[in-house]
Amino acid sequence: MAHAEVHDHNTPLEYQSETGRLNILGFWIFLGAEIALFSTLFATYLVLMFRTADGPTPHELFELKGVLIETFLLLTSSFTCGIAIHEMRRRNRKGLFTWMIITLALGAGFLGYEIYEFVTYVHEGAALGTSAFWSGFFVIVGTHGLHVTMGIAWITLILIQVARRGLTPQTSAKVFISSLYWHFLDVVWIFIFTAVYLTGMVLHNG
Amino acid sequence: MFKRFKPFFALGLLLSVFFLGGCSNYIVLDPKGPVAAQQKDLILYSIGFMALICVVVYVLFTVIVIKYRDRKNDDNYEPDQHGSKKLEIIWTVIPILIIIALAIPTVKTIYDVEKVPVSASGQKKEPLVINATAVNWKWIFSYPEQGIETVNYINIPKDRPVQFRLTSADSMSSFWVPELGGQKYAMAGMETKLYLQADHTGTFSGRNSNFNGEGFAHQIFDVHSVTQSEFDKWAKDTKSKAPKLSKKQYDQLMIQGEAKKMTFSSTHLKWVDHAKEADYAVKTRERLGEVPQNPHGSKQKDANKPESDTHGESHSH
Amino acid sequence: MKWDEFFVTGDPLIYGADVSIGLTVIGILFYLTYFKKWQWLWTEWLTTVDHKKLGIMYIASAVLMLFRGGVDALLMRVQLATPDSKFLDSQHYNEIFTTHGTIMIIFMAMPFLIGLINVVIPLQIGARDVAFPYLNAVSFWTFFIGAMLFNVSFVIGGSPSAGWTSYMPLAGNELSPGPGQNYYLLGLQIAGIGTLLTGINFLVTILKMRAPGMTLFRMPVFTWSALITMIIIVFAFPILTVALALMTFDRLFGAHFFTLQGAGMDMLWANLFWLWGHPEVYIVVLPAFGMFSEIISTFSRKTIFGYKAMIWAMIIIAGYSFMVWVHHFFTMGSGELVNSVFSITTMIIGIPTGIKIFNWLFTMYKGKISFTTPMLWSLGFIVNFVIGGVTGVMLAMAAADYQYHNTYFLVAHFHYVLIAGTVFACFAGLIFWFPKMFGYKLNERIGKWVFWVFNIGFNVCFIPQFILGLDGMPRRVYTYSAASGWGNLNMLSTVGGFLMGVAFLILVYNFYFSFRYSERENTGDSWGLGRTLEWSTTSAVPPHYNFAITPTVKSFDPLIQMKRDNVDLKPKIKDIKKIHMPDNSGVPFFMSAFFFIAGFGLVFEWFWMGIVGLIGVFITLIIRSFDPNEGYYVSEEEIKETERLTV
Repeated sequence: MAHAEVHDHNTPLEYQSETGRLNILGFWIFLGAEIALFSTLFATYLVLMFRTADGPTPHELFELKGVLIETFLLLTSSFTCGIAIHEMRRRNRKGLFTWMIITLALGAGFLGYEIYEFVTYVHEGAALGTSAFWSGFFVIVGTHGLHVTMGIAWITLILIQVARRGLTPQTSAKVFISSLYWHFLDVVWIFIFTAVYLTGMVLHNG
Repeated sequence: MFKRFKPFFALGLLLSVFFLGGCSNYIVLDPKGPVAAQQKDLILYSIGFMALICVVVYVLFTVIVIKYRDRKNDDNYEPDQHGSKKLEIIWTVIPILIIIALAIPTVKTIYDVEKVPVSASGQKKEPLVINATAVNWKWIFSYPEQGIETVNYINIPKDRPVQFRLTSADSMSSFWVPELGGQKYAMAGMETKLYLQADHTGTFSGRNSNFNGEGFAHQIFDVHSVTQSEFDKWAKDTKSKAPKLSKKQYDQLMIQGEAKKMTFSSTHLKWVDHAKEADYAVKTRERLGEVPQNPHGSKQKDANKPESDTHGESHSH
Repeated sequence: MKWDEFFVTGDPLIYGADVSIGLTVIGILFYLTYFKKWQWLWTEWLTTVDHKKLGIMYIASAVLMLFRGGVDALLMRVQLATPDSKFLDSQHYNEIFTTHGTIMIIFMAMPFLIGLINVVIPLQIGARDVAFPYLNAVSFWTFFIGAMLFNVSFVIGGSPSAGWTSYMPLAGNELSPGPGQNYYLLGLQIAGIGTLLTGINFLVTILKMRAPGMTLFRMPVFTWSALITMIIIVFAFPILTVALALMTFDRLFGAHFFTLQGAGMDMLWANLFWLWGHPEVYIVVLPAFGMFSEIISTFSRKTIFGYKAMIWAMIIIAGYSFMVWVHHFFTMGSGELVNSVFSITTMIIGIPTGIKIFNWLFTMYKGKISFTTPMLWSLGFIVNFVIGGVTGVMLAMAAADYQYHNTYFLVAHFHYVLIAGTVFACFAGLIFWFPKMFGYKLNERIGKWVFWVFNIGFNVCFIPQFILGLDGMPRRVYTYSAASGWGNLNMLSTVGGFLMGVAFLILVYNFYFSFRYSERENTGDSWGLGRTLEWSTTSAVPPHYNFAITPTVKSFDPLIQMKRDNVDLKPKIKDIKKIHMPDNSGVPFFMSAFFFIAGFGLVFEWFWMGIVGLIGVFITLIIRSFDPNEGYYVSEEEIKETERLTV
């Protein structure tokens, strides 16, 4: 394992170690696999779009207001996450922590709303086993929610490591990778918002 | 040196004997109707090309392997030769030509077999409609126009196209009568259509060819091809003499198991269309207390055995 | 749950298997304890992150699985040898063909190839290890434990019996009750994690860790084939992950993706399965192509003919592999247009494949061919694979496929592709690189016996199956009537199957014989004809750091160039510098143990156990994340001693 450390100050901290560079590339490829995974889920959802059987239709249950709040929370969290990385590159540990914690709080808020939404649907008679449509809905939105949950746990662990060891090329590569993941979840959410909620409401209305 | 490669020669010989020599003995290559005949023609046509490709490759292979084997005083050896535009273009263009030559008749046949077949005499006839429903592990046939229903066999008039409307009460199955033509899937919640026609009288065997569990090997049926007048007589006799199909009887047929040949003077189409109601069989089994059994839960299986034998005539093991 | 439901009971074959498994385990435990090998096993193997050792473990597991899958195959052949045979009942036969297919593809072919890729690729590109050595260990252990979970099914709970394709609704709760199908879902899911990680790992390795001077178009063909395979893995395996997860939701949590009830859609499963399944075929055949290219070039003493065409052919095949999946169900009634389009895309794959065949032939043209066993397997590949290829084009013709589909014609076709392609490559590659792994060659004389017996057996087994298919014999039937007239050809096929079994036994004997008697190699270039960097190491088995000094590449076939330039491969003392290497770790092993607990719990729907297992997995992830894992340095003294350099 070659350990060519680059000490040029123009290189961002997270790219300064060989492992950091490899990890970042590896993670981009992982995100490629994640795109394949979510594409499959989207395809499944769209195929099952009109298979509501005897269960309720999305048009009856979907509420735009809650979904808009979720979208707002997650989009904002992506923005604050970007600021956190900017602070990290300025070697401002306090800034990194502040903005990352705001990011996590927004993420947790998003999750809270999502759980509330799921509980409401279940009460209104739409659960995983209600029909093919609702299976598809809960699994695609749930998979995204699970990713967000993992993201919150993961970033928390990384922040603990930064607190202990400081901003090294290793820890900053981890922070950077987790931020890629967070932005990715944001992008996926935009597709969910469009393909699941908007399409679901519009097509079932017609 | 030649001795070493003897098996390869033998293989080539074997292949050509099997493929070109014994055609008429194998049922796919011994069609009894226009659909299967079209498919046979396509198959033989492609085998011709494929045999040609094999011969070219094997001849080249043999010559190269023998000529350029490691020998002393070798003046052929050219270690730096690493490519040739001309050769590479040749073996790109020729396969493309072969693919084109195969693709055209393939597409033509794909479209042809979805149309109503035309008999050898060239006249077009109105197709007879038969609904074929697969249930683990039997076939139920309804003749909507004649108002009769059979299990595990059909009679069809020769020289007249038959439109099969395929569906399934449970597993994905495949309806296949190789002597009359290729297969198509029968799926719950779906209707697929398949045209077949027999040019001869006789009995042809059909089956489900898509694996669907324990009784799969025995999910077979007979196709009796008879003359139009014999068919009409059979249909009329059946309508007047065979027992009516009761809903209770039909629901018993929904239970997994093999069945004997049966004939009824009414159809199940008035109660259920499996193409629209995919879960009919599952719900019926539930209603009749037929819970799914783990094949390895031996105790429970034995306890249920006598009960499952009471399904009467619909069940024969 | 009762005990007789937990353990599979009532079949003497299974009891026999129980006893032999028990005895083998006791034997291994006794050996390890008596010869005090526990420490050795733990430090040298179970915790290793060395790509060569992981590769060897992959290959060893794959050979074991080849045995298991092979026994399944022979049991099937015995049952089918005669009409109306009572050797196996339907349920048992169905379980056996299901496990045969699944094991051979997922737990034999893929790990065998990934094992060879592990051993060879880092050496071939002049790297010290893969990009993520720890992740590589995780890959191996998740694959291994997935395979074990799947295999345990035949003594505990019962094996899946819905075919390796597990079409719905057959594989659903209503038609396949019991834990069997859950084993399939969870075993493949866990092993799939490992495969995906391997894909990412080797992509980064090949893209980023090549020796200086090795541009993309100086990479050996095998490295190229691995690169392309990994790209397919990264995009295809997530589809399988999702498909398996959805079916798991259907079976365990009452979802309705593919079910008869709740407006589920069974055709969706078939589509998702083959969207992964067809690329999977190329995942197991492209590395095979790569290996044959290396071997044919080496033993013809010529550079590969049409190098760039070979690479582009593989890239095109990889791209097309995602555009042909519908040809697995032409008979689903998708309509004339869809079938025509997919017929043509499928046939087009024949073109790059044909180009490759001719390039191999012309690599030998004007060469100096030596008939070593790896070369014999490669020649056998060309001859047999052509049959697999042309019958593939025949099957691609949808209108004709209506008659071939679900018959033994199809079975024969894919065995000609997968055995002549993948299995021959596994044997050829194993023999070719065997001295790299163990420092001695497998005996050539015995090896030729293996080749000829296997080859003849293979053709005797599968040629009759083409004919049986044309005679209307469907696949997956556990028996057939005497009236069908299929008896004689089936008997012939069974004889061929057993010949392959005999060849496998001779191969195993060769492992033993060569271990005892083979001459030990004393150079890195064991065949004397090496063309690529793995043969440029100073000792037969490369040290754990692979290269004392990272080689510099000036051309394609770098070792040939070095030989021409009379480069001294022995490193100079002054160039020796300390080398950074990753630490061993026991975490992947424990992680896989927790995966087993989680998987086993979910198979029996004991959710508490599933949760305990998953918590364990997360704990191992956290432990790893907090481990600074800085690695260690190999000192200059140690390198000098290993390389036998004296001042």
